[in-house]
Amino acid sequence: MPETFAATIAIELSEMCFAWRDGLEPVLKIAHLQINKGERVFIAGPSGGGKSTLLSLVAGVVVPQRGTIKVNGCRLNGLQGAARDRFRADNIGYIYQMFNLIPYLSVVENVTLPCRFSARRRERASARSSGYTNEALRLLNHLGMGEAPVIDKPVTELSVGQQQRVAAARALIGTPEILVADEPTSALDTNRREAFIELLFNECDRQDTTIVFVSHDTGLEPLFDRTIRLSDINTKWNKSC
Amino acid sequence: MLTLAVKSLKNRKFTTALTIAAIALSVTLLLGVERIRKEAKASFTKTISGTDLIVGARTGPVQLLLYSVFRIGNATNNISWESYQEMSQNPNVKWTIPISLGDSHRGYRVMGTNADYFKHFLFAGGRRLEMAKGRIFDGVFDAVLGADVARALGYRLEDAIIIAHGAGQVSFVKHDDKPFTVVGILRKTGTPVDQTVHVRLEGIEAIHIDWQDGAPLPGQSISRQQVLNMDLTPKTITAFLVGLKSRIAVFGVQRFVNQYPQEPLLAILPGVALQELWHLVGVAEKALLAVSGFVVVVGLAGMLIALMTSLNERRREMAILRSVGARPYHVFALIVGESALLTVMGVAIGIGLLYALLVISQPLILAKFGIFIEISAISLYELWLIVIVCLAGIVIGLIPGYRIYRYSLADGMTIRI
Ligand SMILES: Nc1ncnc2c1ncn2[C@@H]1O[C@H](COP(=O)(O)OP(=O)(O)OP(=O)(O)O)[C@@H](O)[C@H]1O
Ligand SMILES: [Mg+2]
Repeated sequence: MPETFAATIAIELSEMCFAWRDGLEPVLKIAHLQINKGERVFIAGPSGGGKSTLLSLVAGVVVPQRGTIKVNGCRLNGLQGAARDRFRADNIGYIYQMFNLIPYLSVVENVTLPCRFSARRRERASARSSGYTNEALRLLNHLGMGEAPVIDKPVTELSVGQQQRVAAARALIGTPEILVADEPTSALDTNRREAFIELLFNECDRQDTTIVFVSHDTGLEPLFDRTIRLSDINTKWNKSC
Repeated sequence: MLTLAVKSLKNRKFTTALTIAAIALSVTLLLGVERIRKEAKASFTKTISGTDLIVGARTGPVQLLLYSVFRIGNATNNISWESYQEMSQNPNVKWTIPISLGDSHRGYRVMGTNADYFKHFLFAGGRRLEMAKGRIFDGVFDAVLGADVARALGYRLEDAIIIAHGAGQVSFVKHDDKPFTVVGILRKTGTPVDQTVHVRLEGIEAIHIDWQDGAPLPGQSISRQQVLNMDLTPKTITAFLVGLKSRIAVFGVQRFVNQYPQEPLLAILPGVALQELWHLVGVAEKALLAVSGFVVVVGLAGMLIALMTSLNERRREMAILRSVGARPYHVFALIVGESALLTVMGVAIGIGLLYALLVISQPLILAKFGIFIEISAISLYELWLIVIVCLAGIVIGLIPGYRIYRYSLADGMTIRI
């Protein structure tokens, strides 16, 4: 495979099988899945279908029993636990459905959290805005969260939409290659949902970030380059891996 | 990770404050008990100093010490005046203080002695007895009161006191025909001297002159005036304290006393006997220390409960930290760091509290009990206690730490609510 071609693949799963515990029925069995760099992918599937599990696998929090997962050309299931954690800190921004923020940290501290665990993201963020705190402020500004009253509030007093924007800023700081979002908009109303996604896309475009976006809301599908239906690629035909 | 731990604790101010307070109070108690133990031991050994030997009729060393120094219990036998005279003539002996016990005044022991007592008796590493009021005894019926006796019974100079036969709190046989006069009151010493009524040996002799075998002779009454013209040289004494010219001679003199052929005597070294006695008393002190140790365990258990109950609501927090790249060991370190912080802060505040209490109570204790509590730095032993408490706190933190570590592995990135 030529080098240039490999460099355009962000995520690649092959012959992968995962069960939460050995002996348990596998949740995911995926023969092949490829997501290219800079692509915005929408993942749809029924509840309990394994969408969140797939994201955990891509983030390297859990490892498959069989097969390989490559993220940015790096074989995740070949790495030790600590190396996977470092890989995640360096390369992946993660947004949850809700409750994204650490309640005892300020807005800016929440955004700069990845910089505590990844030197690479700290350096990138610092390089971009002369100091990663400034970069946090810049991102918050872009997401409409940079004004005085909001930014000084305890995070527990922010609205859900505001919290999600802070989470987005945190996922984007230090330009990770991949942004993983697990139903980040399901707590927002329709207007805010679209605005939030637009803001997210704007930022990602600048950084050429790959987006893996999980949602039940099929109304958002048109905004994405591609939709992957989990039921199409997941073939749980066996009782075990 | 430590700054995170600090912030997380600040976020839970109430439980944090409660936990720290529980640990602080238990540490104050532990160290306070240890201090009291030490001070008690110190003031215990302060009761007598400068005395090389205590001599009494043959009994156990602890018993001799108890009645001669602490005025507890009674002598089973006396020493004859002749033996005492011979001993005090010994070339190695510098001074002696005779002690005659057996009577009491309203629960306080009466001790017959002579003026040498005020000259030679030392306590608390060389302090001498001092008069607060009046003078030392001179006449046969003069009495010098210890500070507590005077204060508790409200006596002033020139008051008349009646001595009862025997050492009981309530005695029905009183030497009421021969009252004594208070001529002096001693300054507080913080030793059993404070609870003693001091009279001359002749006074003791005088009130018993018309007595035999512990009861007044019927039909034979000698008046207070008559007795003064009689020979009041005592026939026996209870014990005597010995000061030697040279301490090197102490074992020689001790052997001499213990092998004295005329009557069975016992000479003890006060320091050694005090140690022996302390070993007996020390058991209770150790029990007290053990109890306060358990209080610390309870304090730390409180911390464990507080951390464990917070874990479930914090699984979410841990999932978030994991998602931004925290390793399971970071999550583990966060919890263990929190427990370490709680313990260290609790211990620090506990120590501060102890010193604050010492500063406040020092003058009060001095005034009330005559014990001067020294405000000294943390001793090596206390340092050990502190280190053990801190380590225990960290070890206890391992339990919730391990728990959250397991959670964060099992939950993956899923947020559990
Ligand atoms: N930590 C875990 N331990 C064991 N089993 C789990 C764990 N997390 C998820 N599962 C199981 O894996 C399966 C897939 O769960 P997953 O959370 O991936 O579904 P999902 O598609 O994200 O669903 P939803 O749309 O409701 O979020 C479910 O059957 C679930 O019970
Ligand atoms: Mg899910």
